[in-house]
Amino acid sequence: MNLIEFNLPLIALIPFLGAPLAAWAANLNRSASAWTAALVTLVSLLFLLPAIQLPFQGEILIQSWSWLPSLGLQFAFRLDGLSLLFVLLILLIGLLVILYARYYLSPKDSMGRFFAYLLMFMGSMLGIVLSENLIQLVVFWELTSLTSFLLISYWQHQQDARDGARMALAITGAGGLAMLAGVILLGNIVGSYNLTEVLAAGDLIRQHELYLTVLVLILLGVFTKSAQFPFHFWLPHAMAAPTPVSAYLHSATMVKAGIFMLARLFPALSGTEAWGWLVGGAGMFTMVLGAYTALFKHDLKGLLAYSTISHLGLITLLFGFSTHLAAVAAIFHIINHATFKASLFMVAGIIDHECGSRDMRKVNGMLKYMPHTAVLAMIAASAMAGVPLLNGFLSKEMFFEQAVTATDGSPLTWAIPVLVTIGAIFSVAYSLRFIHDVFFNGEPVGLTKTPHEPPRFMKIPVDILVLLCLGVGIAPMILVAPILSVAVSASLQSAPPAFSLAIWHGFNLPLIMSFIAMAIGVLVYFNRYKLFRWHDENLPRIDARILFNMALHGLLVATAKVSRLFDRGSLQNAASWVLLTAVLAIVYGFIQFNSPLLGDRELISIDWLTLALAAFVVITSVLCAVLHHQRLISLIIVGVVGLIVSLGFVKFSAPDLALTQLSVEVVTIVLLLLALFFLPQHTPQERNAKRMTRDIALSVSAGVLVMLMAMAVMSRDYAPISDFFIQNSKPGGGGTNVVNVILVDFRGFDTLGEIVVLALAGLGIFAMLKNLRLPAPVRDIQGREWSQDPHPPIMQTLTRLLFPLMLLVAVFVFLRGHNLPGGGFIAGLIAAVALISQYLANGIDWTNARIKANMHIVIAFGLTAAVVTGLVAMLLSYPFLTSTFTYLKWPLVGKFEIASAMAFDLGVFLVVVGATVLILVELGKLSHASHQMRQQEHY
Amino acid sequence: MEWIVAIVIGVMTASGVYLVLRARTFPVVLGLTLLSYAVNVFLFTMGRLQVGQAAIISPDAHAYTDPLPQALVLTAIVIAFGMTAFLIVLALKARSELGNDHVDGLSYVAEEQTVKSRQMAGDR
Repeated sequence: MNLIEFNLPLIALIPFLGAPLAAWAANLNRSASAWTAALVTLVSLLFLLPAIQLPFQGEILIQSWSWLPSLGLQFAFRLDGLSLLFVLLILLIGLLVILYARYYLSPKDSMGRFFAYLLMFMGSMLGIVLSENLIQLVVFWELTSLTSFLLISYWQHQQDARDGARMALAITGAGGLAMLAGVILLGNIVGSYNLTEVLAAGDLIRQHELYLTVLVLILLGVFTKSAQFPFHFWLPHAMAAPTPVSAYLHSATMVKAGIFMLARLFPALSGTEAWGWLVGGAGMFTMVLGAYTALFKHDLKGLLAYSTISHLGLITLLFGFSTHLAAVAAIFHIINHATFKASLFMVAGIIDHECGSRDMRKVNGMLKYMPHTAVLAMIAASAMAGVPLLNGFLSKEMFFEQAVTATDGSPLTWAIPVLVTIGAIFSVAYSLRFIHDVFFNGEPVGLTKTPHEPPRFMKIPVDILVLLCLGVGIAPMILVAPILSVAVSASLQSAPPAFSLAIWHGFNLPLIMSFIAMAIGVLVYFNRYKLFRWHDENLPRIDARILFNMALHGLLVATAKVSRLFDRGSLQNAASWVLLTAVLAIVYGFIQFNSPLLGDRELISIDWLTLALAAFVVITSVLCAVLHHQRLISLIIVGVVGLIVSLGFVKFSAPDLALTQLSVEVVTIVLLLLALFFLPQHTPQERNAKRMTRDIALSVSAGVLVMLMAMAVMSRDYAPISDFFIQNSKPGGGGTNVVNVILVDFRGFDTLGEIVVLALAGLGIFAMLKNLRLPAPVRDIQGREWSQDPHPPIMQTLTRLLFPLMLLVAVFVFLRGHNLPGGGFIAGLIAAVALISQYLANGIDWTNARIKANMHIVIAFGLTAAVVTGLVAMLLSYPFLTSTFTYLKWPLVGKFEIASAMAFDLGVFLVVVGATVLILVELGKLSHASHQMRQQEHY
Repeated sequence: MEWIVAIVIGVMTASGVYLVLRARTFPVVLGLTLLSYAVNVFLFTMGRLQVGQAAIISPDAHAYTDPLPQALVLTAIVIAFGMTAFLIVLALKARSELGNDHVDGLSYVAEEQTVKSRQMAGDR
């Protein structure tokens, strides 16, 4: 068993598996949860080890398993240089964040919940960067939206945390849906969802007519996730999350997922004019806007949020340049931004933790309170500003160089380096503000506690990150060049261009741009108060949150309005909408139907008896509707209709149906009679003439349409599949009653489902009637008292005499069912009628004393018998419910057939008896109880 | 004959639909019962009408009825009973919980409104 055959999915899955563990560990002590999370992260890292050298050898590791082969979908994972870089960023920075969070969270915060969420988020991110299949990638993409929602709303008691999380979820989730659409189109164009094929098909994609649609859809996903203008506004609101979350989500992970997508699909989508304008345009605008806004944020985390937006814009802009060297700079800056931004967020968290405030107008002069932290912050912020000897300087120089290269001499393109420099100026200014305003600039103003250095372990993650900033800045060729090179070649799908990560490139234009940015940036910062005033007075305040909330509210109001059109809380209205839809659907079907309404099948001649009975049904049905106010009468009419329907089945050669309909009819009417006892005996007249007209129109049109539909079918010849059943019934199923053989043999699985439904209906009714108390009426509709004589002697005697006979009939009907009309359903109903008539005639107490069977158990036995019959076939390695039969010879009886399907039919029989008797007896008990109630009142 | 059966189905459907749209539970249940008759017969007629043909396999029979719709309708009849039973008990439960048999539980709503208006009167 070779580990590199299946380790990639495990890297992504282990954090998910570890999440419940971390949640559980929180019960042990305060640190256990953090340790568990760290251990899980390390295990994930351990699984990466066997494959870690492969990208450096130029290999791409792909592991795939069949998922939906019919759709060409696979669970496929991929490890190349780009994935490796991101996996390392996610896991290593994750590890530091876990350590930091252990000391950041207060005793009030639930440790288990935090680390469980964090691990799930980590797993989702790993899934994105390790996916080979694009659909699978989008699934993980949406998982990061969901898990980041949980993380941002971690402090659920805070309104702004809930709002911020909801906004982040709405924006990034919606973007993810757009991306799903884009990815599906992309897969259709290429003919595969696998990255290997997609990345190799760049020319095909760019020349396809849907290229622009695909590009826009995928960029919607990217821009929402990576907070590019105009979707950037969720990110500052997500700062309501605990700072470790911000440090993780907004430095190395969540927002980098969008950037990762740009890098991943770079060979497939980049290089066109549309890409340049969309990606470059959004990146440029976002970079300048973010950098400018960051300077005016008094909140430390707000400053960092807009700075993040600005840096993401910078990376996006680099990808927009579409050149290979720009991609090198972009990926280099991804690494650098992750390190210095994570450390800066952690510093902001430390300051918040120790001062109780993040407002830079209050937090001043921290140098003497926390010198160690101050040094760390100054180095990291200098890296952010692009000061030489730090990592930010290197990627910023490369960025400037690309901006200069992007100009082609025309004055318009000179706007690029100019705008870039403006962005850099503000970047220097806000970085300087982070340093000067917080650590110098006088004394703290109105802090509630005296700040001091944080616990040692809280600083260790920052130490490590800042050391990295320094190390990369001073010795880039040793520390990052190898991984950068493989990541770039994986992103470009070609050999990386020659690049040198030297500190000194000679005295050139990018260096001049750096100097200009530094000089003017310092100038801007020291004139900041003037600028703040000008900003406050002259620029309109656009709060995206208010706009977003208005849009959201508008959407909710609109949807509520639409549903109110159809649903006014009235069942009558809702039902009429449903029926109207059905009527319209039939009308539409008829309009679409091109051939004449009636076919040319020869119609059967009319006989007078049938005509008379049909006329009777028509009259009684109409009467039932007209007389429905008198409930007892209309109930009797329904019974009559049912009886004639069963006669109709006899006439049209369906004896089994006739028997079933007849016995069901008896049970139904008894049931409705029992229920009617507890309901008003009379329905009040309706006064709403409009509604009556509407209902009559609706019902008449439904009737006419159904009639036409039935006629259209009946007047046509057809070729049924039933010949198969008729031919195989005897040789295959061993019975001559085809209907019964279909039920218990050919379609036995259907029947099993149906008796389960019946059993559930019976049990559901039992549950509803339990503890139900309804007052029994004293008088009937005409004011007569209900008879107090419950059990007339003639009926008692007769039913007791008939009982064995009825059961005998049931047994007879059951046994012959396989060959002659009958079977489990009919026999069950007959037996149920026999039992129920005992209850009716003799009362519940008398009958219960003699019939000891509990109907729940009867139902259970029935279901078990049916299922076991099927399982026995499976044990003998036939498909479920395969039946068999043989012939036995008994003395006196003679030769007769015995089929295994009979056992199944016995199950049907038992369920029907059990459910029917259970339903009726429970209803009967209800009236029994209320009679007793009344008798007690009498005494 | 086909026309007669089609008309019967149509009338049962119309009555059923009308009753289903009523405001009280009992007529609704009756309407559903009628509607299920109509649906069962409709499904049955999908096997076309056959008069006097064999339903049981025997050497004497020349032609058979279509057994498949019959088998389907047979279970449909039993399930329709289960559904009717469930609904009528639901109606009883609603009557016991809400104190009336209106499909929307109207007097419950009315009661709530009176409570509310009383509270408002109390506030004043």
